[in-house]
This record gives sequence, structure tokens and C-alpha cells, in this order.
Amino acid sequence: MAKRIAITGMGIISSIGKTVEENYNALIHQKTGISIIENIETIHKDVIKVGEIKLTNHELEQLLNLPKDNNYSRTAMLGAYAVQKAVEDASISNINEFKTGLISATSVGGMDMTEKFYYEYFEDEACQKYISAHDAGDATHKMAEYIGLKGIVTTVSTACSSAANAIMIGSRLIQSGQLDRVIVGGTDALAKFTINGFKTLMILSDTYNTPFDNERKGLNLGEAAAFLVLESEEVVKKQNKKVLAYVSGYGNANDAFHQTASSENGDGAYLAMQKALKMSSLSTNDIDYINAHGTATPNNDLSEGRAIVRVFENQVPEFSSTKPYTGHTLAAAAAIEAVYSVLALQNNVIFPNLNFKNQMDEFNITPQTTLKEKEINHVLSNSFGFGGNCSTVIFSKN
Amino acid sequence: MKKCYINGLGNISAQNTFETDFLEDATVNNSDNVLYAKQPSYKELIPPAASRRMAKGVKMGIAASTKALAEANVTIPDAIITGTGMGCVEDSEKFLKGILDNKEQFLTPTSFIQSTHNTVGAQIALGLQCKGNNFTYVNGAVSLETALLDAKIQVETEEENTILVGGIDETAQHTLDLFKLVSFIKKEEDAPYSVLNSTSKGVVFSEGTTFFTIENTKKESSYASIEAMKIHNSLSVNEVGDFISNFLEDNNCEVNSIDAVVFGNNGDVQYDSYYDVSNSLFKNTAQVYYKHLSGEYNTASGFGLWCAAKIIKNQVIPSILKMNSVEPSKLETILIYNQYQGRDHSLILIKKC
Amino acid sequence: MEALKAELKGKIVEVLNLEDISVDEINDNDPLFGDGLGLDSIDALELIVLLDKDYGIKLTDPKEGKTIFESIETMAAYITANRTK
Repeated sequence: MAKRIAITGMGIISSIGKTVEENYNALIHQKTGISIIENIETIHKDVIKVGEIKLTNHELEQLLNLPKDNNYSRTAMLGAYAVQKAVEDASISNINEFKTGLISATSVGGMDMTEKFYYEYFEDEACQKYISAHDAGDATHKMAEYIGLKGIVTTVSTACSSAANAIMIGSRLIQSGQLDRVIVGGTDALAKFTINGFKTLMILSDTYNTPFDNERKGLNLGEAAAFLVLESEEVVKKQNKKVLAYVSGYGNANDAFHQTASSENGDGAYLAMQKALKMSSLSTNDIDYINAHGTATPNNDLSEGRAIVRVFENQVPEFSSTKPYTGHTLAAAAAIEAVYSVLALQNNVIFPNLNFKNQMDEFNITPQTTLKEKEINHVLSNSFGFGGNCSTVIFSKN
Repeated sequence: MKKCYINGLGNISAQNTFETDFLEDATVNNSDNVLYAKQPSYKELIPPAASRRMAKGVKMGIAASTKALAEANVTIPDAIITGTGMGCVEDSEKFLKGILDNKEQFLTPTSFIQSTHNTVGAQIALGLQCKGNNFTYVNGAVSLETALLDAKIQVETEEENTILVGGIDETAQHTLDLFKLVSFIKKEEDAPYSVLNSTSKGVVFSEGTTFFTIENTKKESSYASIEAMKIHNSLSVNEVGDFISNFLEDNNCEVNSIDAVVFGNNGDVQYDSYYDVSNSLFKNTAQVYYKHLSGEYNTASGFGLWCAAKIIKNQVIPSILKMNSVEPSKLETILIYNQYQGRDHSLILIKKC
Repeated sequence: MEALKAELKGKIVEVLNLEDISVDEINDNDPLFGDGLGLDSIDALELIVLLDKDYGIKLTDPKEGKTIFESIETMAAYITANRTK
């Protein structure tokens, strides 16, 4: 990789905590954030479990000190919160001091509001303010406004690999000199739209998700937002900033197999991992931990498992999915998992793959099921989305 | 660093831009506040097994991208990057309507699956069996520009050599009704509509797609090189002059070396003052406008870039595009400026190659 | 059963948007998936909803669909045996 990309700050809100510290504590104490849904009225309430952030929209508005007439969707509020936390963590006092950008990721956008008011819009003028909050970009604009950022502001939307791709384009903009620093990540709120969508695909589990388990029944949806501050090495040196970790490699590839299912041999996943390894100039031996996409759907875990075996052969490092803690947070997934990857590097610890019992018939690898202390220098994080979109990012300590 | 060339184009819009070369058939419709794209026949381009699930946007995207690749003589690009402001609205509306009308029962997956924003890019990749990098940007009026900027960086650094880039936006009824409700779309009583010197709020809304084959090698089919680009989230009207001047200076370009400037005036009286630089900075420059032909949608700037590329290739500005009467002495360097509702400002500088 | 089979052919063409196929072209024993009509996993999910909505049959495991949806013949037989509507 030409210029190394330093991570100087992180912000996160998920069902296992409102701060990086809270998330870390939950991870090491094996406290899941999966529960029964409360904020949304849905007929599926009792047959699904979700990684819900136990804050109502009103509470989020208060947390953010938003004026009464605001038109932030829940997605935008979660995003604004996490972006602010990341900026604080990176000790940024003047957001426009260097060429700074914001690249967010979302799949829900303002749909959480749209689905509430879809017909009501024509009866009640008061809710019409949310019409302009529907599109994905609006949430990102609000986040930029919230932190006072002026510059390159844009959004990636490639389903579940979105935030990883935001990290990639952010890194590319720094390497090309277009930006000195960039805040990258993703946000998605729970919504009836996605709950019902995944229900029609029959890949929602009615119990706690069990990634890489032979008896796995599907995923638990979740909501979250997380952002990382990426800076070029020159800017880090100029400011004498503390570096949390580095983005040392990444790769995106398309499975080109089917709109929602992954190919049996995980071609897209395989290519993405290979690309990331090549860019980082690391060999498979150098990877100490894989934070898997591991959604616990029959299809993903099979094709991802196969792809991991193809890449690492008989030297698969410890791997786990953290989705039993947070659920699958869609466009935010790769962002919260980036935070968890950095935490693994900082604390030399591998987070357990909760709920695992039965090895999959198809291969002889099993995830790490207990918290393990190990020197961690490089973490590989996978995120795969609909449309065959496969992304891998490698995070390194030095 | 290599250069970035536009080597192939494909455009579907409210004009017959798919079948003709450069606006020979173009007409101005100033009585409708929504313009629909002229759809080509898809039978030969898309197998029925696939097209049966596709909404307008996906079909338009496949047709336009096929044309852009063919023109550049490319079979499979190294990467596919798309931009869309509103995403797959038809399928989103269908699925949401199903949820609300049937109280979450008896819902079927197809429209949900097809509603993800990256569906167009994914379906193109599936059809071409392209396993390369595949991104979709969804950020209002810079959705396409982000895609172009990403592609430009990648081909200049040789991270990739051939990238298919496209902007797509489709209309769907409920969304149009909502936009009319909040005056994003012009009221019926404000017709006839004019994109220049307008006195009414809102825009004539539309849909369309423009695809570009972006490469780092010059070819016979090359239209122009993309020299520089900039995107910026928000500006006040009086910051635009500096925004543009600074951009030109950063790229060793002077205002008087710009042979033509393409503006995204859309007839919204609240925001067209952003283009007042036409009366100051660019007073003596040949000016081009296009949204009276394409209508407005988040990726309509693709139509503008398409026009600019064609102007350079054909070495003429069709009279239907002329915004002022300044005649350019040459047509080698064109600047394109666009914004929407005061946000998502973009500048693209292209040159004859 | 004949009436049901005809009904099913019509519904399949409609629900799956098989624009270029007419009902007469579908034979009772033609494989619906893979080589025959060329339907895929998403179509299977659509048919599962059809079973529920129109015939009151709820399938909880999508894999059950493999045998049920083999052909119009197998579909009709299954529906006849299990319908609650």
C-alpha cells in the first residue's frame, strides 16, 4: 500500500453500548444486545429477535440536542451521534482545518420515517418535513451539518458491505491527495421495511443467531452507527496524533452469481480477501484474527467458510462473527466491526463467536468460542452484501 | 499518472438520446411538470428470465451501459461504479405499499431484493459476469460525480484500467406525488415552464441514465479527458465564484481558457441564483444549459456531461443548448457546474484529447 | 385436480411475471426449476407466499419447497392434500 492510512478516532452506538468502552465491555463479558423489539410495532414481534438500541427517537433527539422542528430520521440521528463521538475521540477541534471529508454508508436512509408517514403525508402537513429526509444522502448531509463539516460529503450504498466500501473510498481519497483526513463509516436504523424484507427471504431466525453452526436458522437484524477518523500519515505527524491502528489493505469484488445468494464456493469473498491481502503485502500467516461476516444464514456461512478455507487452506486463523452480540446491522455492520477489529488489535484479544454448538458438516473449521488473549497484529474483516458485493478490509497495529 | 478518458457513452432520457447521435430530435416540453424517459426496446438486450424482475431503472441502466461499452470496444470492464440519488424507487414503493396495505402479510421478496440501491450495478455485473470492484454511491446530486471521481482516481493510478460508470434515476408515482406536495416539483398552474428566468418554485422532474466507459488509454472512440473534478456539500450563493475560481487555479486553468461552461439551471427560482456566475465570472464565455431537455433528477448532471463530451467530439454547440449568444473561438476545454437545492455542488473539467 | 392445475399455471405466469410464456406452453410434468421453466430460489419464495395466501398452507422451511415445486403435478397434489382455503 502506497501511503498508510491511520485511524485516529472511533465513535459507535449499537445494541451493546453507546460508547467504544461500553461496546468493548460487552464483548469481553459476553453480554449480547439481542432482544425482543420494542420501538417498532410489527406483527413479527414475537417471532424475531433484534439488536435494538434501547433509545426512542425522542430520547435520541434529546441526546443530540436537536431543535423540535428537526427532520432527522433515526438513521441520521444514530449517524450524527457516532460521527460526533468519532470526531471527539480523534481530538479534532477544528473540523475544517485540513481537507476533510465524510463518507457514510446506509441502506435504510430515511425509510424508517417514510414507512411511518407514507399515506399520512397527504393528510398531515406537520410530518411533511420528513419527505426530504428519505434519500440516503440526506442522512449524511445532516451528519456533516451536525459537526460543521464543509467539503467532500458522500454516501455509499451497497447493502451489507457498504461501510467497508466507505472505508475504501475514504482511503483512496486520502492516498490520491484529494483529502487529508476523512470520517468513514455507516449507519442503519431498524425499520419495518427491512424486517419484512428479510422475513420474505425466510432468513430471519426466531432465536439467537448462531453463526457457523450446522443448525443455524438465520440472522437477527440490528441497528447501529459507527465511524472511524482516517488521516494521512503526514497530517498525523503534523499534529503529533495518537494512532489507534492502520488500514493496511482492502479489496472489493463481485460474486456475479445471483442477486441475493452467494455462490457456493464463495468466489466473490475469495477474490475480495485475496485483493486485500495483496494490497497489504501480507501473507495469510500474518493474519491473526478474522472478524467474519458470519450472519448465520445457511447461505452466507457456507460460502464464506468455503472462501476462508480456499484462502487460508489448512492454516485458518482464529475467526469469529460478532453478530451474536449486535445482530446484523446492514450498512453499519462493516463499520462497527471495524471498531471491534481495532479493539482486538489494541487489546490483543479475540472476541468469541457466541451461541456456537455444532461444527458445520461441510468443513472442519470452527469459530473461536471463548474470549482468547493473543498477540494481534493484523485483523481481516469481511462484509458481504446483496448484489454479490464482497468486501474485505485489513486492519494492522503498525 | 495516467490520464482519464471518456471512451464510450450511453444515454437514455426524456429525449430520444439512445437512438440518435446528438439531440437531432430534441424538443422542449414546457407544459408537463414530469417528463418520462423514452424507453428503448429491451427484448434484444435483456433475456426475459432476467428482465421479468427488473424495474425501469435497471433496464435503462443495462441498455445504456451496453451502448457505452460497445462504443469503447470493451467486453468486460475491470470495475463498475454507479450513482443514484433515489435508488430503485419503483420496487421500494411496491414493497412498502405491500407492507402497509397488507399489514405485513403475504409479502413477496422480489421487490425487496430489487429495491437495494446497488441493484443496477449488481445486475450489470451479473449480466457481464464482471467480478471486479462494484460500488454504488447514493448522495443526491453528487451520486454520479462521486462515481466518476472514484473511477478517475483508479484509472489515473492504474489501480484499474477500464471502468464502467453510470448515473441512474427512475420516477415512481407515490414519490412524485410526495415531491409535488412539498413543491419540489412545479405546480400545474405555473406552466408553461422555463428553465431560464423562471419565477416559480420547484422543477420539472424527470428520469434517465447516462453511462460512461472510463479508461486510461486514448482510443478512436475517445470523446474527451476528464482533467479535474471537485465536489462540495454546501455553499452559499456568494461563495460559488470563489469555489469555481479556486478550482480553476488549483488546476492551472484560467477563466478565459474555458471555451464553454455547462450550467445545471433547472428553473427553481429558489436556487437558480447559484448560476449567477453566468453574469459575472462567465459573462464572456459560451454558456450551455440542458435541463430544459432532460428535466431534473439527482443524476441529471450525467446528461450535462454527455452534452459536454458530444460538444467536444462534434465541435459544435447545438443551438437548442445555447444559453447565451457568445460564440466560442474553439471548443477544447469545458467546465460543468451543477448543484441541487443549494447542496451537492460539483465541478467537472474536461478537455479535448 | 385438472382445474387446479390450470389455475396454478395461470397464477405462476402472473405472480412470477413470466411475460413471454403462455399457460399452454407449461406441461404438467415439466420441471419448474433448473432446466425446465428456469425458475430460481427467489421464485421458490414467491411460490411459498402463493401457497399461504391462496391456499392457506404455511411452509416454515424453504427447503420443503424443493419437492413440492418440482412440477405443476407435484404442486397440485400437495395443495389438494393440504389446502385449508
